[in-house]
Amino acid sequence: MSIRLEHLNYIYSPKTAYEKHALKDICLEIPHGEFVGIIGHTGSGKSTLIQHFNGLIKATDGKLFYNEENIYGQGYNMRKLRNEIGLVFQYPEHQLFEIDVMADVCFGPKNQGLSREECEKRALEALKLVGLKEKYYHASPFELSGGQKRRAAIAGVLAMRPKVLVLDEPTAGLDPKGRDDILEQVAYLHKQTGMTVILVSHSMEDIARYAGRIIVMNHGEIMYNDEPKKVFAHYRELEQAGLAAPQVTYIMHELREQGIPADTDVTTVKEAADEIIRALEAGMPNALDDKMSKSRQMEKEK
Amino acid sequence: MIRDITIGQYYPAKSILHRLDPRVKLVSTLLYLISLFLFKSIAGYLAVTVFLVGIIRASKVPFRYIVKGLKPIVMLLMITVVFNLFLQKDGEVLLRIWKLSITTVGLRNAVYMAVRLIYLIIGSSLMTFTTTPNELTDGIEALLHPLNKVHVPVHEVAMMMSIALRFIPILLEETDKIMKAQQARGADFESGNMIQRAKSMIPILVPLFVSAFRRAYDLAMAMEARCYRGGEGRTKMKPLKYQTRDRAAYVTMVVYAAAVVAIGRFAPLQVWIF
Ligand SMILES: Nc1ncnc2c1ncn2[C@@H]1O[C@H](COP(=O)(O)OP(=O)(O)OP(=O)(O)O)[C@@H](O)[C@H]1O
Ligand SMILES: [Mg+2]
Repeated sequence: MSIRLEHLNYIYSPKTAYEKHALKDICLEIPHGEFVGIIGHTGSGKSTLIQHFNGLIKATDGKLFYNEENIYGQGYNMRKLRNEIGLVFQYPEHQLFEIDVMADVCFGPKNQGLSREECEKRALEALKLVGLKEKYYHASPFELSGGQKRRAAIAGVLAMRPKVLVLDEPTAGLDPKGRDDILEQVAYLHKQTGMTVILVSHSMEDIARYAGRIIVMNHGEIMYNDEPKKVFAHYRELEQAGLAAPQVTYIMHELREQGIPADTDVTTVKEAADEIIRALEAGMPNALDDKMSKSRQMEKEK
Repeated sequence: MIRDITIGQYYPAKSILHRLDPRVKLVSTLLYLISLFLFKSIAGYLAVTVFLVGIIRASKVPFRYIVKGLKPIVMLLMITVVFNLFLQKDGEVLLRIWKLSITTVGLRNAVYMAVRLIYLIIGSSLMTFTTTPNELTDGIEALLHPLNKVHVPVHEVAMMMSIALRFIPILLEETDKIMKAQQARGADFESGNMIQRAKSMIPILVPLFVSAFRRAYDLAMAMEARCYRGGEGRTKMKPLKYQTRDRAAYVTMVVYAAAVVAIGRFAPLQVWIF
């Protein structure tokens, strides 16, 4: 069970002045159940790449296997593929069209040929998951705020119960709480149902917190494809690709330069805090002042 | 794919045609279009073909790209040809199928009409391929300027035209995106009967209209925020000015038109019925 790309190339508008080689020789495997983050500068080909996963864009060259089946093979059932791989587009709120939110979320399940009751059951479930308030279920999608629209649109894909969930910058333009809510829900789904999640994001912090593996895109090529801490170790190169490592990475490197033997491999704020305390304690136990040990004591008791 | 529609679009390249003054291109296109209807003979069409090939070469727009722009008119072309072919009763009968017959006059008219239409589209799309919407607006505005005297809002009309042209690719892109988003939710636009297919367009059309209105509104706001208030008293950063090459182009066009009409009317070339 996996998605596998072999030497995939994609060229927009070939043989014209608008020609754009958006993906260059992409080789990639995403096993089932992984949480993968994709990052890259604007125009690096992230959106193009993920649209290949459910066959919306056909590669100019190369192969794509889903569960070991070549999706470009003859008679391959694209609809079935799209039922299994749910894709949430960048700015998904632009796809809303029904009279009310409920009907819009039902659109996907309805296309899967499910009964009315089943559609509504799934829609309700999905709407709960994205945390849209109940009073909006029967409001027109065009009356909602941007963030609420976004939630409704994400629910529209979740209601299809995909095995693989691909999200293209689902949190762009949301407030911090909305962002955390949605990502937490996605992480929860990932844990609960074991679905594969592929998350495109510009935020290193978000990716570092949730993803088990990071794919870094740079000018249509895969630059890194590794565990977060290994990728962030290349923070200088990331900067050259127009990206940055999470802020904790910088803090840890800075600390190290200042002579505190902290491990620079940590990726989240919490890990960093633990690591700094550990390093301080191990390296110079006497340097810890009263306050510090007290607060540690308190944390331990908790 | 839907993005293949190229009619009315600009194609960036560096060619003499791209550098010409938009007024020259507009007038020339008009002259060219008229010239197509002033004769009816194979010699004339050969002359036009030679000219057109030369212009296409000079424009540096790939031939493939131009041909792609013809796709949307295929239907129109077929209808024209069929009507001309079967509804003409004059002339010698060439072929009889059931109650329909094809005559020499019918065949000739059909072929000429088809060629004219194709040349018409190629000629006018060459103009838009080599002229940015901005230049086009400036050109139209300058040419129609005299109409201001009879209270025609020339600037506004030209502005609207160029905005419309500018929005074609944006809306196509938007349509493409929305189609993909709905396909990702399992929408199917290809199968089913007429009614089902028409119904399957709703999930595309509603978001498309919503976004078109949103864009129009945003654009209006943005223009207002930059104090746009129509053409009155408006000056240009790059006023149009004729160069030597523009004058040369005018001369070329006049010579072309005269030559083509002369050849088309008087050259004694005759191939079969044409
Ligand atoms: N429909 C299209 N036609 C032509 N070129 C395109 C099209 N869509 C994208 N491109 C080009 O392909 C490249 C990759 O675009 P893509 O949308 O995949 O980038 P991205 O990594 O998703 O960027 P962002 O972070 O801004 O969303 C860009 O250079 C873009 O200009
Ligand atoms: Mg993108």
